[in-house]
Amino acid sequence: MLRGLVKYKTSDEVDFVIIGSGAAGGVLAKELSTNGFRVVVLEQGPYLTEADFVHDEVKVFKENLLTNHPELQPNTFRKTSDEKAVAQRAVTYGRCVGGSSVHFTANYWRFHEIDFVERSKVGAIAGTGLADWPITYADLEPYYTKVEWEVGVSGLAYASPFDPPRAKPYPMPPLPVKSCGVLFERGARKLGWHPFPAPLAILSQPRAGRSACINCGFCYAFGCEVGAKSSSLASVIPLAERTGRCEIRPNSYVHRIELDSAGRATGAVYFDEQKNTHVQKAKAFVVCANGAETPRLLLLSANKQFPNGLANSSGLVGKYLMFNSNARSVGLFERPLNDYKGFAASRVLHDFYELDPQKVGFYGGGALDGRFDFTPYFFALTGLPKETPRWGKNFKAALSHNFTRTMQIHCTGTSLPVEANSFSLDPELKDAWGLPALRMTYKDHPDDLKLVTWLTKHALEILDAAGAVNRWSRPINEQQFAVHLLGTCRMGNDPKTSVINADHRTHDVKNLFLCDGSSLVTSGRGQPTMTIQALAYRAADRITALARRGDLRS
Amino acid sequence: MHSRRRFLLNSVNSLSATWVATQWPAALAAAQHAHNAAQSATPPKFEFFTPELAAEVEAMVARIIPTDETPGAREAGVVYFIDRALATFASDVRNVYVGGMAEVQAKVREMFPGVEKFSRATVEQQDEVLGSVEDKAAPIDRPFAARPLVPNFFETLREHTIAGFLIDPDSDRSGNRDGVGWRVIGREREHAFQPPFSDYVKDYPGWRPVGTEPEK
Repeated sequence: MLRGLVKYKTSDEVDFVIIGSGAAGGVLAKELSTNGFRVVVLEQGPYLTEADFVHDEVKVFKENLLTNHPELQPNTFRKTSDEKAVAQRAVTYGRCVGGSSVHFTANYWRFHEIDFVERSKVGAIAGTGLADWPITYADLEPYYTKVEWEVGVSGLAYASPFDPPRAKPYPMPPLPVKSCGVLFERGARKLGWHPFPAPLAILSQPRAGRSACINCGFCYAFGCEVGAKSSSLASVIPLAERTGRCEIRPNSYVHRIELDSAGRATGAVYFDEQKNTHVQKAKAFVVCANGAETPRLLLLSANKQFPNGLANSSGLVGKYLMFNSNARSVGLFERPLNDYKGFAASRVLHDFYELDPQKVGFYGGGALDGRFDFTPYFFALTGLPKETPRWGKNFKAALSHNFTRTMQIHCTGTSLPVEANSFSLDPELKDAWGLPALRMTYKDHPDDLKLVTWLTKHALEILDAAGAVNRWSRPINEQQFAVHLLGTCRMGNDPKTSVINADHRTHDVKNLFLCDGSSLVTSGRGQPTMTIQALAYRAADRITALARRGDLRS
Repeated sequence: MHSRRRFLLNSVNSLSATWVATQWPAALAAAQHAHNAAQSATPPKFEFFTPELAAEVEAMVARIIPTDETPGAREAGVVYFIDRALATFASDVRNVYVGGMAEVQAKVREMFPGVEKFSRATVEQQDEVLGSVEDKAAPIDRPFAARPLVPNFFETLREHTIAGFLIDPDSDRSGNRDGVGWRVIGREREHAFQPPFSDYVKDYPGWRPVGTEPEK
């Protein structure tokens, strides 16, 4: 209905081209078009709608309805830079209008003050590039509030004694408690900890013409068929289109940003659905393609002025990749929980957000949440204890008994920024468009693994205290696959040690901005999308101010 | 088409476990008879399998998720799901099936001379044959996991059997017929649910800050 209100020609020099329509791109599209600018959003994936969001696990997990396709856009992986990378799926991200916000779990707690100033607080950590952000929590607070009220977040303000200060309460109460939330809370309280209702970017009440959550149970990894999940697709993109100044152009795979001789970005080169090449002209460009594809696009855009990749005079494009360390503990209870109904996470714990390295023997901090995010097929593959037979009568018996009686505790935490952990272009493998494949180099810092091991011990204590009849943790291995793609074009004041400044402007190209997971300087304790969206609202304010005073032209 | 069978399955679902344990085989036989009658009236169309191959695949999937007190892969129509899979999203592993099925049949003849094919073997023999082709080092799967370059036949069959048993019955995948797979694992088929979801929630007093619980 709102789609197609405006179409621009590629030869029209619009005010902004935004590359990527996910958590950050959607917010920037809405803000910049609302502020009066003409905007084209180039999204590599299709424009799906609620009618496309079925509960078919094959369509989602095998046919990659919502995500990048590992055969069309293959990845390679290696642990260290002296290894030859092998073809292996390394990243999954949303590849449709709305990006990963369409299929995410929607955990929306804010980063805390410590996340922005941790380098100053804990000091240097050998072998890492741990750094302070050029902005603080206080700078971002108004934008966190804006996310909650505009995108739509349900929660209870100050339910956690560890919550950072906030200007306003949440716009909606928390979602109804699930069985996993009751049990998580029971166990954690017995241990003297402080569980609180999970803040979620899911509507607990109808809002802005969108439905409240109907508890269908196909939430994590699936799109919401009633628009209750506050994806960019459901929340901000309709507002952007309603301005009549923003065109969302799907199936547009940007693979190069062109510069003129003065070093100013002039066009975004992309393939359309038929693999025809186009160049969209604009006065300025904002890349929101995620922590993998944003650095890849800069590296693909290398030219005479920037032989090592666009805006890469620091040499840090693609580096300091962080995932959020994570692990799972699982508990089995006597009576049915039926937590296949509803959204995923129900209760969160921040008691371990700031651990004292002197006491625990490693750097880091994390969060625990009580959840059940398994769909039936996914559960059968990964939800049973490891001693369960993998087929036959006893497999079936365990599957039948456990599905309704299981909950998980998800442990998420810090990832230290290590320069060698990175995205780069594979020298050999190409994607289906003939472009160099994304190569991941990654090895967890030992402290990240110690942290999640420590967190799972506490997760098991909670499950015991809650009365689980059996509980176990999934094995903790070095990560070779990620969905949180963070830190690869980090923000900073010094052009030698960062890619963008505090306005999200690249240090090297005046009319080129980057805003997504790649902007993060530290990883937080998991659940980065809330912070990515707050950064996007703030970036939109900064970019608008620069544009209005004519500062985008050199 | 399968109304009698559906009636039986529905009734079984609401009956006591003891009754089910003693009567299920008979009930199943009746249901299967009704099912076969319906089948013979309108023969199922396979897109990839020959009827002979389908019978062998069905015998195998019936050992992965067997029929016991409750329906298994056979009643969920998993063989139809796999046939459709090989014609659609899993067309790249057709050769894995063709090669794997031949290997299994060779194993049957090698391990049990005189037994002509898998479907003719006893269930104990069938389990032994499948155990011999299982990849026991297979990692804990996850839907996003990287796939090995040459997938193991048994692991592929296992994954397809589980998917065919538990896939959304309202999808067009031809699996989880009549939602029997979901019924077996206790998942209700409704599209929307109202809390509270369990007794644990019914007993919950409501959220309070730590330190403000009422005295007991």
